[in-house]
Amino acid sequence: MGYLSNHEEHALMRTANEIRQSIIESLIAAGSGHTAGPLDMADVFTLLFFKVAKLDPQNPFWAERDRIVLSNGHICPLLYATMAHRGFFPKEELLTLRKFGTRLQGHPHRGALPGLETTSGPLGSGLSQAIGMAIADRMDNPFTSKFIYALLSDGELQEGNTWEALMLAGKEKLHNLIAIVDRNGIQIDGFTKDVMPLEPLAEKFAAFNWDVQEVDGHNFHALYDAITKAQSVFGQPSIIIAHTIPSRGVDVFERDFRWHGNPPGKGPETSVPKDKQGEVALRKLRTLNDMLPLD
Amino acid sequence: MTPSNYLHPDLLTEKPLMRPTRDGFGEGLHDLGEQNPQVVALCADLTESTRMQAFAEAYPHRFVQVGVAEQNMATVASGMAAMGKIPFIASYAMFSPGRNWEQIRTTIAYNDRPVKIIGAHAGISVGPDGATHQAIEDIALMRVMPNMVVVAPCDAIEARKATLAIAAYKGPVYMRLGREKTPLVTNDDTPFVIGKAMTLLTRDTAHTKKLGIIATGTVVANAVRAARTLNVAGIGASVLHVATIKPLDEDAVRAFAEEHDALITVEEHQIAGGLGSAVAEYLAAARPTRIVFLGVHDTFGQSGEPDELLEHYGMSEKAIIAAAQKLFA
Repeated sequence: MGYLSNHEEHALMRTANEIRQSIIESLIAAGSGHTAGPLDMADVFTLLFFKVAKLDPQNPFWAERDRIVLSNGHICPLLYATMAHRGFFPKEELLTLRKFGTRLQGHPHRGALPGLETTSGPLGSGLSQAIGMAIADRMDNPFTSKFIYALLSDGELQEGNTWEALMLAGKEKLHNLIAIVDRNGIQIDGFTKDVMPLEPLAEKFAAFNWDVQEVDGHNFHALYDAITKAQSVFGQPSIIIAHTIPSRGVDVFERDFRWHGNPPGKGPETSVPKDKQGEVALRKLRTLNDMLPLD
Repeated sequence: MTPSNYLHPDLLTEKPLMRPTRDGFGEGLHDLGEQNPQVVALCADLTESTRMQAFAEAYPHRFVQVGVAEQNMATVASGMAAMGKIPFIASYAMFSPGRNWEQIRTTIAYNDRPVKIIGAHAGISVGPDGATHQAIEDIALMRVMPNMVVVAPCDAIEARKATLAIAAYKGPVYMRLGREKTPLVTNDDTPFVIGKAMTLLTRDTAHTKKLGIIATGTVVANAVRAARTLNVAGIGASVLHVATIKPLDEDAVRAFAEEHDALITVEEHQIAGGLGSAVAEYLAAARPTRIVFLGVHDTFGQSGEPDELLEHYGMSEKAIIAAAQKLFA
């Protein structure tokens, strides 16, 4: 399989940081929306959209593309920002997030935006859609080289639909399916360990006949190696538990579950007053930008 | 009275031919297996009783057994449709669309994927299984969804044609089927077109009392047989068969209302949100008409033989006759 050079890694880090800035800008403009998940999955999305997946932004309906299915639709500010940076639509449009008439609906709607694979938001339904895609693709071509990537949150694993899906994928031995779980440990009401414990998560997936890997969700090399290995697994679907830090990139927001469902300006009152949250977040990310290796 | 040429010749005899609508679906799906390689089928552990068995045996590589998991069945089907397939998903109506309504709404209807949802064992006539298994809310659940087409064939012959027609339709469809053997109402020449209603019996114009009966699903047979009796007994009764509840054939309903003094709607469903509601919603604005609604009146069903239940809840041939006589008393 492929190889991720240090040069590429640095480029991905810069892109992810720019995407994080776009997320914050669009959330500020929207005045509502989710912050923690979009920021913490930015590295995974950047790697998928810019390095791993076969895509053509100029031809979003290209039949041979890989499919990227976002299950936890509430992190769509990240999906939109990543798609815009990848060239699916103009970046200026990111400021229309959640506004009347926008293509960037508060939760993703397929009919609104070319390249967006499915409508999502109500939790627990994305993995099964990805499974449907993987089964259908394998029906058409048992030796398919397409991959179906399903992006899930940890909180949404509490939905029963997820476990119905996990059972079916194991039964069907879908080697063309790769799921990535955002293991950020938070959900709206608190930490997942308090709201509804998920551990031992890796063991649960393994028991459902999945190939399981756990990685640092902010380490591009580790993520890339995990996805590459997942692509080579045969006779089993693959799931990667990506350990992430909620609100990654804006240290003053990090690890606080109260950032799950609030935008800058409406987040928890901490050392940063509410009216400064957006400005501080953008400043932090821009500072980070200056610190990243330039090559 | 004038029976339509599209009526089955045996319906008005002592012993009409009887077949369950699910059989017609099973034959139609098997036909589709041959005709359209994009058609696939998914079932939630009810392959034989929903009549997917013939397709599953003939085209095993295009059949997915999802186990007892209706939410997963709907969402997996959405994903398969995303790759160009035309998925049929089957379970009992109580579980699909009963259990998986939100999944259908978000991933099939709003997502506009051409999944065909087959709700078998719909209505009160499931019988002895009791109220837990009697889906009498499914038309309402599906009719309220944008993009969704709702079809209720009146017999096995029509169910087979409807199965082919909904596969050819570009969007999502819900089709409800009955468990029991019910009379053949139509014949091989009867057309089935999504969105078209059909007059199956036209009243005896000698009578001054003019009653229009609008029915859907397997109780259309009861409506036609009741109308025949009413015409003999001095009430000029016609029957409009509405196989597509959504989109409603508004032109046909309006013309039918204009030709009659009052209407009776008949459906094996709650009167809230079903065929009667659809007719009333339209006519209240287009042509206010007196309507008597026959169906289940805001209660759950119970165990019993299908005929007993249809009698008790007021959808049998006798119940329709009684309602008509009361209306014109």
